[in-house]
Amino acid sequence: MKNLTEQEREKKFQERIDRGEIIEPKDWMPERYRSQLIRMMSQHAHSEIVGMLPEGNWITRAPSLKRKAVLLAKVQDEGGHGLYIYSGTETLNISREELVGEFLSGKAKYSSIFNYPTLTWADIGAIGWLVDGAAIVNQTALAKCSYGPYARAMVRICKEENFHHKQGYEILATLMKGTEGQKAMAQDAVNRWWWPSLMMFGPSDKDSPNSAELMRWKVKRFSNDDLRQRFIDRTVPQADNIGIKIPDPMLKFNETTSHYEYGPINWEEFYNVIKGNGICNRERMKARRAAHTDGRWVREAAEAYAKKQTAKGIEA
Amino acid sequence: MNSTEWPLWEVFTQKKSGLPFEHAGCIHAPDKEMALLNARDVYSRRNEATCLWVVPSGAIVSSTPDDMGSFFEPANDKIYRHPNFYKTPGANFD
Repeated sequence: MKNLTEQEREKKFQERIDRGEIIEPKDWMPERYRSQLIRMMSQHAHSEIVGMLPEGNWITRAPSLKRKAVLLAKVQDEGGHGLYIYSGTETLNISREELVGEFLSGKAKYSSIFNYPTLTWADIGAIGWLVDGAAIVNQTALAKCSYGPYARAMVRICKEENFHHKQGYEILATLMKGTEGQKAMAQDAVNRWWWPSLMMFGPSDKDSPNSAELMRWKVKRFSNDDLRQRFIDRTVPQADNIGIKIPDPMLKFNETTSHYEYGPINWEEFYNVIKGNGICNRERMKARRAAHTDGRWVREAAEAYAKKQTAKGIEA
Repeated sequence: MNSTEWPLWEVFTQKKSGLPFEHAGCIHAPDKEMALLNARDVYSRRNEATCLWVVPSGAIVSSTPDDMGSFFEPANDKIYRHPNFYKTPGANFD
């Protein structure tokens, strides 16, 4: 490989991808493949970390000890998911410190879904069912992506997301068997989370600047619209099953295509939240920065302890 | 920001005793004790491991993909190392 020109290398790389080979950290890859993966994977990792905030909001107010234990475990999983993906991203020659730095400075993005507030307990149900449901559809596709460390992290994450998804649905199913007030609370949460969940798949492919290149490299295996459709087709019958109404007057099942047709998505809202004008953008960044600063003494204590052990002659 | 990033460790998990250890991923930790704790919290929240190894990433020596051909080449032409190379007419070896 050593005497090849850049173009020849890229051609060989594309041939490997086309044969369905998986790219590993030490393999040669185009600089653009590397940087696109760093962008995607770090955004994904940051999203997992920020994702702890809206749900963490309800840990102290969960309605029972069981629900509290479950929610704690779920939020801990989200932190774990962030760490799997960060460590996968670091195999692309970028340090954890740089990744976290880009996040805390606001340079790196995270999923806009986490800039919506969790107003009631039913929101925890809606997040598990809809937000994690959408994430599973996305991540199941990414588990077949061409970059090995990313694909392997996704396999691990998908297993855990199934618990998140079902616990959310169970919360809503329980509320839908409750009082009129509880049913209304469940419906209200779904009304607020449905459209932002559809936006999680990103803009329509014709408006998605990176799609074609990522598809060619098999980082993306399916288009945003295909994945969104898959999510809707899976989710609508689950809503019907517990008497939840999907807040889309244009939603209807097309017998010929066997797919649900849905109304237009408000992309203006999506871009506005991405730009930083969502309800919770500022609060989320503030909370992440505070967590980083407030945790400094813990990191320093651990470092001091490690140094002391080394000084004592105990191998660190 | 603090510029002393904690060392990187490779994590290997053994699903149950008797099975081989498998690479699970990486974590950062300041020492081996914390490395084990972090590895447990990140890679075994659901009994994925009954035993864990953590190894400083710098200690791993890897062959490079560029050698892939020549490095493993000596194994390619020795099909007589496999049992199905041999004809054993009529005899039962199950």
